[in-house]
Amino acid sequence: MSTKSSRLAARLMLSPSVVLLLIWMIVPLVLTLWFSFRRYNLMYPDRQGFNDFGNYTRFVMSSDFGLAVLNTLILVGAVLVITVVLGILIALLIERPMWGQGVVRILVISPFFIMPPVAALIWKNMFFNPTNGLFGEAAKYLGLPPFDFLGQAPLASIILIVSWQWLPFATLILLTALQSLSGEELEAAEMDGAPPVSRFFYIILPHLARSITVVVLIQTIFLLGVFGEILVTTQGGPGSASTTLPYLIFKEISLDKDVGTAAAGGVVAVILANIVAIFLMRAVGKNLDA
Amino acid sequence: MGQITLKAVRKSFGEVHVIPGVDLEIADGEFVVFVGPSGCGKSTLLRLIAGLEDTSAGQIMIDGKDATALPPARRGLAMVFQSYALYPHMTVRKNIAFPLKMAGLSEAEQAKKVDAAAAVLNLTAYLDRRPGQLSGGQRQRVAIGRAIVREPSAFLFDEPLSNLDAALRVTMRQEISELHQTLKTTMIYVTHDQVEAMTMADKIVVLNAGRIEQVGSPLDLYRAPDNLFVAGFIGSPKMNFIEGAEAARHKAHTIGIRPEHIGVGSGNWEGTVLLSEHLGSDSFIKVDVDGIGIINVRAGGELGIHHGNRIRLAPDADKIHRFDQAGKAIR
Amino acid sequence: MSRAITPQAKAINTGLAWSVALLIAFPILWTVLTSFKPEPQAVASPPIFLGFDWTIQNYIDVQDQRAYFRYFVNSVVISIGSTLLGLIIAIPAAWSMAFVPGARTKDLLMWMLSTKMMPAVGVLVPIYLIFIRLGLLDTRIGLTVVLMLINLPIIIWMLYTYFKEIPADILEAARMDGAGLREEILYVLTPMAVPGIASTVLLNIILAWNESFWTINLTTVNAAPLTAFIAGFSSPQGLFYAKLSAASTMAIAPILIMGWFSQKQLVRGLTFGAVK
Repeated sequence: MSTKSSRLAARLMLSPSVVLLLIWMIVPLVLTLWFSFRRYNLMYPDRQGFNDFGNYTRFVMSSDFGLAVLNTLILVGAVLVITVVLGILIALLIERPMWGQGVVRILVISPFFIMPPVAALIWKNMFFNPTNGLFGEAAKYLGLPPFDFLGQAPLASIILIVSWQWLPFATLILLTALQSLSGEELEAAEMDGAPPVSRFFYIILPHLARSITVVVLIQTIFLLGVFGEILVTTQGGPGSASTTLPYLIFKEISLDKDVGTAAAGGVVAVILANIVAIFLMRAVGKNLDA
Repeated sequence: MGQITLKAVRKSFGEVHVIPGVDLEIADGEFVVFVGPSGCGKSTLLRLIAGLEDTSAGQIMIDGKDATALPPARRGLAMVFQSYALYPHMTVRKNIAFPLKMAGLSEAEQAKKVDAAAAVLNLTAYLDRRPGQLSGGQRQRVAIGRAIVREPSAFLFDEPLSNLDAALRVTMRQEISELHQTLKTTMIYVTHDQVEAMTMADKIVVLNAGRIEQVGSPLDLYRAPDNLFVAGFIGSPKMNFIEGAEAARHKAHTIGIRPEHIGVGSGNWEGTVLLSEHLGSDSFIKVDVDGIGIINVRAGGELGIHHGNRIRLAPDADKIHRFDQAGKAIR
Repeated sequence: MSRAITPQAKAINTGLAWSVALLIAFPILWTVLTSFKPEPQAVASPPIFLGFDWTIQNYIDVQDQRAYFRYFVNSVVISIGSTLLGLIIAIPAAWSMAFVPGARTKDLLMWMLSTKMMPAVGVLVPIYLIFIRLGLLDTRIGLTVVLMLINLPIIIWMLYTYFKEIPADILEAARMDGAGLREEILYVLTPMAVPGIASTVLLNIILAWNESFWTINLTTVNAAPLTAFIAGFSSPQGLFYAKLSAASTMAIAPILIMGWFSQKQLVRGLTFGAVK
């Protein structure tokens, strides 16, 4: 449906976005690459010059690196599983006829509107805090010893916070998809004698496949960058128990003031993110004829 | 004015030559129908004339001026789309006025022309509604209204009736024909429905695989199809084709005989009735003729012929079409 | 897929759904409640649910001590500004991809989206240095541009999916009716896409409002939005639960209220047009 002039117009109108995103991607990337091969520590401004792969070996060989990668994957994976599974269950529940569906829906989406630092602070202080938090109170009420969530199970606590934030997103998308499923299809299955569990696995779940894809894709993009929640709650600790890759890089800058190593870490993170991206686009892109 | 000339117009999408090369002359005031099966390139040809697609080669002249490189807006043509393509966010009035607004007419002039068009098309009562609140036929009329207010040199219709139900299609077909008689403006009409082509056209252009198979008046095409394709495409029910010994007897590779040109009762073809449909005014009979094969016959209305009967058929010798091996008519 | 059910079943659904919904929203409800408590009652053990001495003193204190309003204005300016700026750049791009698709359009979209997968922290230092050099550090304009850039792929993608739902016929009709490209986009495409654009705008205001990496790291005082404001409560002020709650409520209320009121459009936006 196009003529030469409309193709030309299209190219012209597309170019600002492409150029801006290219600049946004390439300039920092090139600078990061440059720094990653330099000695560049804000605490020792006199040490300069090339460091070959020194920054990389320092970053990758550090004892925390493997843990950080693992933590990142656990965080992303766990949040995805929790939000998708709970999302499906909640969507199935609130899709059914009830009184006050509108209000229920508003309540369920609410966490999505909460900025990460607020979410983290609320959970950290008012729930996880072993002395004054509500979980502590609940433990006291049940006669259990208080549990120091952020100290004893830092990564799990962060996973809980992040899942809470993203659950509404998954629920909503799955709910929308569920509502588009025709009742006739389910009735036909019921006529065919399929019990509820089979109806779920053979009809509802396949119908949701595309939406689950969307949830996984979008959430992964945001989850790989989870940062504020960690900064505000555990700061990666105790030790490095809840340090993710982004947070490890942040620590290089904020604690060690080592820009060179942080840059090397950045490059590593970009490479890993791209691997995840390619993997994800391959796995998921086909499903999305967007 | 609305004289359109296509000179060796070609359209390719990459390696696919949708239109390998078309020459066509459309006279001012003519009602031309492009007809052909889906994918024959008829819509593409229309879009080339409209300027919605670039030609890959060749020239399009409108009223003697080269329009090949002009954008659609400057060709002075109006188009009615299959989906009507009404602007859903505008009222009927604004829809019809849109081309006038684009042309920079004053509000008063716009209103005058819209009212006039609405009166012609019986839309006056609906001017303040949105397209979504209208029936299919009314939407169709709005689309036509939007086209006529521009006073274009030619109208282009892209399968405009295919989304309407059968009864409405007949009414709208007549309305468009009447409109043509009133306006006397060139109209180019694309359809896959040969009935529309036969009933509306001054001139039919039969297209197949991007090529023009034949150009002529409806009756020309009916009486003297140039080739097997046209013979099979024009006329309903379809012409019967017979090959083999019977064709050889007529010194042809294939002979064709229209269902309505076969007499029932006597004659030297004999066969068994497979199916007979009684419509009241006509009967459609499917007969397995001995030594020839399946023949469809259109016979008189109140015929007592049923499945399994043996009947005799008499093809009208004057109405037999003969074709050579390449499918060309032998005259 | 809803079907008629008995009143009993409906009552059970209602009970279950409300319990789940209240559980999910509980942290927010609790925070709002706590924000109206006097500080000692906020940490009372056992916790007091409703029978406390309601006060708005915490809100007054937060505004007095922490100049809430200034951060609020920054948040508004930056989130709305970046969204509108993004829209202006994204609408033509989305038009191009939706209506003049090429062989690589899908790859281009995926590439745009993949720029969002870049770990921000990996490029923080260069951006920080560039910002210092350009004098953009701690300015609203700098932050607006950054947020526009990080949300641009999402805006383009959303608009693209909405535009694709618009039949190309209608744009062609406009072209036949004498509209140039500008008129076609202005009078036909944009009005038709209003619901989609509204969803896009809403979602992006929320994303920008809540973005808390760049907003915290690229601002100090002047341009600091509410994310930075709230990060200031990390510790040890976090121990004043009532004040923390008031500050949190003030930080989230505008977007929460906007979200509630525009639920319908937002749901559409949240699904990125990818789920019908």
